[in-house]
Amino acid sequence: MAGLTIRNLVKRYGEVQVMHGVDLDIEDGEFVVFVGPSGCGKSTLLRMIAGLEDISGGTVAIGDREVNEVAPSKRGVAMVFQTYALYPHMTVYKNMAFGLQQAKTPQDEIDRRVRSAAEVLQITDYLERSPRNLSGGQRQRVAIGRAIVRDPEVFLFDEPLSNLDASLRVQTRLEIARLHERLKSTMIYVTHDQVEAMTLADKIVVLRDGRIEQVGSPIELYERPANKFVAQFIGSPKMNFFIAADVPPASRPDGFADSDTLGIRPEHLVRCDEASARVAGKLELVEQLGEYALAHLITPEGSEFIAKMETPPTEAHGEMLYFTAVPERMHVFSADGLSKTA
Amino acid sequence: MTDRQRQIWIDRAAVTAAWIAALVFFFPIFWMVLTSFKTEGQAIQVPPLLIFEPTLENYLEIQDRTNYFKFAMNSVITAFGGTLVALLIAIPSAYSMAFNTTHRTKDVLMWMLSTKMLPAVGVLMPIYFLAQKFDLFDTRTLLVVIYAMMNLPIVMLILFNYFREIPKEILEASRMDGTSTFNEIRQIVLPLAWGGIASTALLSIILCWNEAFWSIVLTTTDASTLTAFVASFQAPEGLFWAKVSAVSTLACAPIVVFGWMAQKQLVQGLTFGAVK
Repeated sequence: MAGLTIRNLVKRYGEVQVMHGVDLDIEDGEFVVFVGPSGCGKSTLLRMIAGLEDISGGTVAIGDREVNEVAPSKRGVAMVFQTYALYPHMTVYKNMAFGLQQAKTPQDEIDRRVRSAAEVLQITDYLERSPRNLSGGQRQRVAIGRAIVRDPEVFLFDEPLSNLDASLRVQTRLEIARLHERLKSTMIYVTHDQVEAMTLADKIVVLRDGRIEQVGSPIELYERPANKFVAQFIGSPKMNFFIAADVPPASRPDGFADSDTLGIRPEHLVRCDEASARVAGKLELVEQLGEYALAHLITPEGSEFIAKMETPPTEAHGEMLYFTAVPERMHVFSADGLSKTA
Repeated sequence: MTDRQRQIWIDRAAVTAAWIAALVFFFPIFWMVLTSFKTEGQAIQVPPLLIFEPTLENYLEIQDRTNYFKFAMNSVITAFGGTLVALLIAIPSAYSMAFNTTHRTKDVLMWMLSTKMLPAVGVLMPIYFLAQKFDLFDTRTLLVVIYAMMNLPIVMLILFNYFREIPKEILEASRMDGTSTFNEIRQIVLPLAWGGIASTALLSIILCWNEAFWSIVLTTTDASTLTAFVASFQAPEGLFWAKVSAVSTLACAPIVVFGWMAQKQLVQGLTFGAVK
């Protein structure tokens, strides 16, 4: 097992630079999730660690060893692809054994490793089947099994759940979490789904346009986002933003300037009376989800926001509702998007 | 007429047209085979005979005068040999172009294909001299080399397209598994593109088999193929239709039978893929 050190990593495709000097430390045994909107460079970063993309500048080290010029198979990493990328012409067993065969592992050792991985993933019954006779979830397990048998120092997952349906996704997510619990290997996981990121990660890396926006534990990112982008990306529904005009001067948090933005998460808005309100909005729509309700509102200044409520409001559409929030739950962002409160 | 009736009529007309086209294509072959079983007298009779007593006399005489099997064997060896050599060169080339595509790849392919636009006779002289210089004139080796080069651009282009169908992730997975380039081609690319390679090979074999220009020009007796064999039946005193028909039937039969047999394999090969 090993950690990872990434220093000033740069990726260019011809003239176009897509990765702008990324620095990142990953501890041994950590579960790290790269998250960000599509095109942010999270997959590119993963593929550079894997060795599938050339490194244009900077270094990647796995353990103490710089791997810039090392072949993918010799980096001690194993990858699970979004499309599973199983070999369609080989049985499940051969799919899992293939990498070990290439490394000239003795046959009995291959057999032992494949069977033990199959045991862990409960695919022993399918070992002689071909991938096309498996369901999506089973294929995904085979893909994970193929990674496990190689006993890598670092597991790389490239959006492994995005081809599965919703219920299977939750189940497989749990299995991946259990797998990490059991193997205690370093795992790097790419997703655009912030729920996967929050539930799986020890550490989340939020990327945008080839730069790291913030690195931290899920709860850190949730409670103290470093900027508006992270604040908006982590948490569902998204954090609400209010301009100065939305907030009466007396209700503004300390140090709030006129050009600042106030951020409050939907779940932290609390109903109150007009006098003590920090923000107010005209009720536009209520989404009833049983466990809670989401009220969609719009301030007199035109900022749209959402309030999460245990009981749906009884007011008619178009009526004003008043909300407050405790100071610890309020985030202030300056005009350049950076948090003043993190 | 309702829309539905109109649709039925359009469908019927289309089917009829297809049958007519098929018959037009098939008729000359049918007529050739028919004529080969006639006597020379019956062959030139007007109006043409449809019902007659078939005779094997033409076939027997051909085998008497020449050795059909020698020509057939030359055709088999040069067609399969030329195809094999073309594949051996085209597979690695198509692999590298399909999986390491650059913005020049399309140009390179077009450039190679453009050599097919050149008339063969344009390079006759240099090839003739080279053949003599290397003492390869009238050898099967020479035809194998010529056929391989002749089909290489097309073989490469088709393989390139088949290889591109293979999802990139599968090759990346094999790279993560530590596969060498040679093993990657042998264990991943070839099995996955097997149907494509087989149909490409079949096409190349047919093209080689039917090639006449080089085989007539570059061989005299030893390495002559069936196409040269057919050509040799042009007699100065005119064509003997029944015999030429028999010779042509003999030249076509093996490749038609081979193609017909391979077709079943090909369909299997093409549907095996099922990558996703």
